[in-house]
Amino acid sequence: MDRLRPVADGAPSEEGAPGAPDHQPDLAQPDLVELLKSCGRGDESAFARLYDATSARVVGLALRVVRDRAQAEEVAQEAYLDIWKNSGRFDEALGSPLGWMLTIVHRKAVDRVRSAEAATRRDATYHHQNQPVEHDSTAEAATASLEARRVRQALGDLTQVQREALELAYFGGYTHTEVATMLELPVGTAKTRIRDGLIRLRDTMGVGS
Amino acid sequence: MTGDIHALSGAYAVDALDDIERAQFERHLAECPACTSEVASLREASALLAETTTTTPSAELRERVLAGISTVRPLPPVVSPPAEPEATVVPLEPRRRRRIVTFLAAAAAAVVVGTGGVVWQQHSDQTSPTDQVIQAKDAERFTKTFPGGATATVYRSKQLHEAVVVTHDMPAAPSGHAYALWLQQGDVMKPAGVMPKGSDNEVLLHGDAASAGGVGITVEAAGEEPPTPQGDVVALFSFDT
Repeated sequence: MDRLRPVADGAPSEEGAPGAPDHQPDLAQPDLVELLKSCGRGDESAFARLYDATSARVVGLALRVVRDRAQAEEVAQEAYLDIWKNSGRFDEALGSPLGWMLTIVHRKAVDRVRSAEAATRRDATYHHQNQPVEHDSTAEAATASLEARRVRQALGDLTQVQREALELAYFGGYTHTEVATMLELPVGTAKTRIRDGLIRLRDTMGVGS
Repeated sequence: MTGDIHALSGAYAVDALDDIERAQFERHLAECPACTSEVASLREASALLAETTTTTPSAELRERVLAGISTVRPLPPVVSPPAEPEATVVPLEPRRRRRIVTFLAAAAAAVVVGTGGVVWQQHSDQTSPTDQVIQAKDAERFTKTFPGGATATVYRSKQLHEAVVVTHDMPAAPSGHAYALWLQQGDVMKPAGVMPKGSDNEVLLHGDAASAGGVGITVEAAGEEPPTPQGDVVALFSFDT
């Protein structure tokens, strides 16, 4: 469903998404667990379906963190290769397929921004000027999906400091000590805000329990 | 630190720990089912945030990704340890430990090292985790020179509980194999990671190096992470002086 742009009710899908001829919203969402299992057995067409079902989130997340489209696609490509290689090792008892995949993507994206910054030695002033505070600032990325709306709503239930700390960590790729400095929190409290925020988000959305 | 370490679960779930903290927390995770389960659930929660940032990737990316995977074989699944005959090199008896066995495969064939669930990071950060260990005030240094001039050096900081292996000019492991790293805890060799490909590496070991008696390097089948050393011993470093 994440691949769909909003279409007026009843409008025919005149373009027909490439690679997904009979793509339909929601109901057509393939079983990612089964796809990963097939990937583990070397099924490349299953991997193509996995890609089609997840690439909007994968690239969107990478783009949000690294902020540069070319680099985001590099990160996504590396992540997908890792996902393919490790697909046979995915264990559904330990989490959802999407959670597993996005964990891989996020880690690679964060590594990318941190090593790039170590190279250019940007200073704290730069960080401050570039704080990503609005979670829906990228108009291109904003989808009208129901799930996205639910997540935004759930984020709205967090305290402001929980939300800011979580977003700086997850989308900004900053460490909890950096987040503490940026939000002028006492050292050691940002990690608690991040954890509290995640717990609240988890419980509101009813995932991972 | 131990009283507080559970509180890092959220920051860990969103990759907001520095490398030293991450290594410490992962060591803690191995022993704390409560944190393991919490991290899993918090990662599910964090993945939801990606719902708010979806974008349409380029068609070229799809082609590149699909072309990229077609030349790579998926790693075998992790199977429960089969009832194999006991390893020949473990546990290491003290006598054996002292006699340093050297074995270096000359084969220069490509080695495929599976990253498995854990990804080794090597940052160019000015205070990379490996540098923090190497430059630690209490760092101890143990070097082994191999025939042909290759060297492997172990740095250990008891204060940081970490050890680093630095290699220079190491020949590639035999085809289909990789160098595996071990920390000797008591009489048992505990898995401490796998060397990435390449002759020159700096690798932070998994596990508590402060309580370890030494470091071992062996040659193991690539992609497998045996619980005890199964392959040939390349080098042993004893921390006893």
